[in-house]
Amino acid sequence: MYCEECKQRPATVHFTQVYNGKTVETHLCQQCYAQKGGIIFDVAKQLSLPNLLGSFFVSNYNLQDMKSFSQNASCPNCGTTLSDISNTGRLGCSQCYTAFEKELEPTLRRVHGDSRHIGKVPARGGEKVMIKKKIEGLKYQLQKAIAAEEYEKAAEIRDQIKDVEKQLD
Amino acid sequence: MKADNLLNSNFVRWMAADEGPESDIVVSSRIRLARNLDLIPFSHLLDREDGEKCLKEIEKAWQKSDNKDLLQMELLTFNQLTALERQMLVEKHLISPNHAEFDDSFRGVLANSDGSLVIMINEEDHLRIQCFLPGLQLEECYRQVQKIDDDLEKNLNLAFDDTRGYLTSCPTNVGTGMRASVMLHLPAIVFSGQTNHIFHNIAQLGMTVRGIYGEGTEVVGNFFQLSNQITMGQSEEDIINNLNSITLRVVEQERLIREKLAEDMKYQLEDRVGRAFGILSSARVLNSNEAMALLSDVRLGVDMGLLAKIKPYALNELVVAIRPAHLQKKAGKEMDAFHRDVKRAEVIQERLAKTKG
Repeated sequence: MYCEECKQRPATVHFTQVYNGKTVETHLCQQCYAQKGGIIFDVAKQLSLPNLLGSFFVSNYNLQDMKSFSQNASCPNCGTTLSDISNTGRLGCSQCYTAFEKELEPTLRRVHGDSRHIGKVPARGGEKVMIKKKIEGLKYQLQKAIAAEEYEKAAEIRDQIKDVEKQLD
Repeated sequence: MKADNLLNSNFVRWMAADEGPESDIVVSSRIRLARNLDLIPFSHLLDREDGEKCLKEIEKAWQKSDNKDLLQMELLTFNQLTALERQMLVEKHLISPNHAEFDDSFRGVLANSDGSLVIMINEEDHLRIQCFLPGLQLEECYRQVQKIDDDLEKNLNLAFDDTRGYLTSCPTNVGTGMRASVMLHLPAIVFSGQTNHIFHNIAQLGMTVRGIYGEGTEVVGNFFQLSNQITMGQSEEDIINNLNSITLRVVEQERLIREKLAEDMKYQLEDRVGRAFGILSSARVLNSNEAMALLSDVRLGVDMGLLAKIKPYALNELVVAIRPAHLQKKAGKEMDAFHRDVKRAEVIQERLAKTKG
């Protein structure tokens, strides 16, 4: 149903008035209703998902922390600050996930009960993950070789690591 | 333009009730993957310049692909569509109400002609790859969106983190970025008065229940949308399996109550269905809520074999065809609420007369 006044936006304010026993129904959008001097109780918006999420961010820290965050911390890529995030419930760009990693952790746990992704890995990114895992494995072997004083073997492994690391670039 | 179909016809693929399993109760299935480009600001922060850049990247990846499904799609940017046309896409459930509010040249959809594959561009995330199919077909929906995701990803630098997964604008979607949902028609469960109880239990399992137009919409015509809430710590397959099994349990309950109704309240049930059909076939003025409630009764009758001549897909079409934007498009003019109610009655009568055979 469209607003009776502007006929553009959906009507979200509906009221029934009775004048001298005659019933009049009115259907308006929020804007037109406000223009006519109506009072808006925008509960839905105040309690919308982004707003509620934002409150998670704030309540994870005490006020003192928030002050120091909002003064210092902003995403180096898009400039979004922690207070922007707590106001909108949205991050600014992919880099925000790194910039606010620590602050995000408790929120993710509250929302999902977990903060790790265990599903699909993109083919391209997936290759990187595999290489990183390989490097971790080699480094572990390197430690073992050094501990066992097998220095020749350790040198070999070190060269292997260098080779594999080149693939990451 | 092929995607013109989405604006000119009432029918889209998810309405093909005869194609989908369990379609007497599960109207449709949808899978949506949220994806973003690395380092480009998320959609709500996009200015024109970044927005155009983002769209261009997506367009290039789309054109470079050799995926047949992708190549058959068409790009409709929102500056090409009127507010009414965007609203029609909302009424067909293909885009979100929020998305339709914009008329930017860097927002829009990539869609195929039957509306089974629709990618929202620069909605809440840069990409929201969606597949809609009739009945309970979550696995097939996933197979299709997954293929498109793989192909687009070859030529796009997607935001992905080893620990966090696919990075999204809202932290409720990060991880798999996947929302799986089913639209259910549950008149018997509603009749039994047990909806709240059942939905409360479902919520405990990381799922949510909403009205048919998604977040923040009320339930009309006994249609409910059931979807996963959690996107981290579970794989895509787990999420789909969970939703599938919960859906099947709900379907089983709905069937049980329907059978009970047919046994214990045969006359009351047939009376209700018959009255609904009678009003829909002869009323001249119908408001949206009344029409949806009556269509729900008729649908129950059809699904229980009481009104054999009406085809379920015709009812799926009607649920969309009687929404305000579709009525006004059909009439070719803007209409106030009363004239829409008249048009609505006319459209329903016409459609029911046509399917009676």
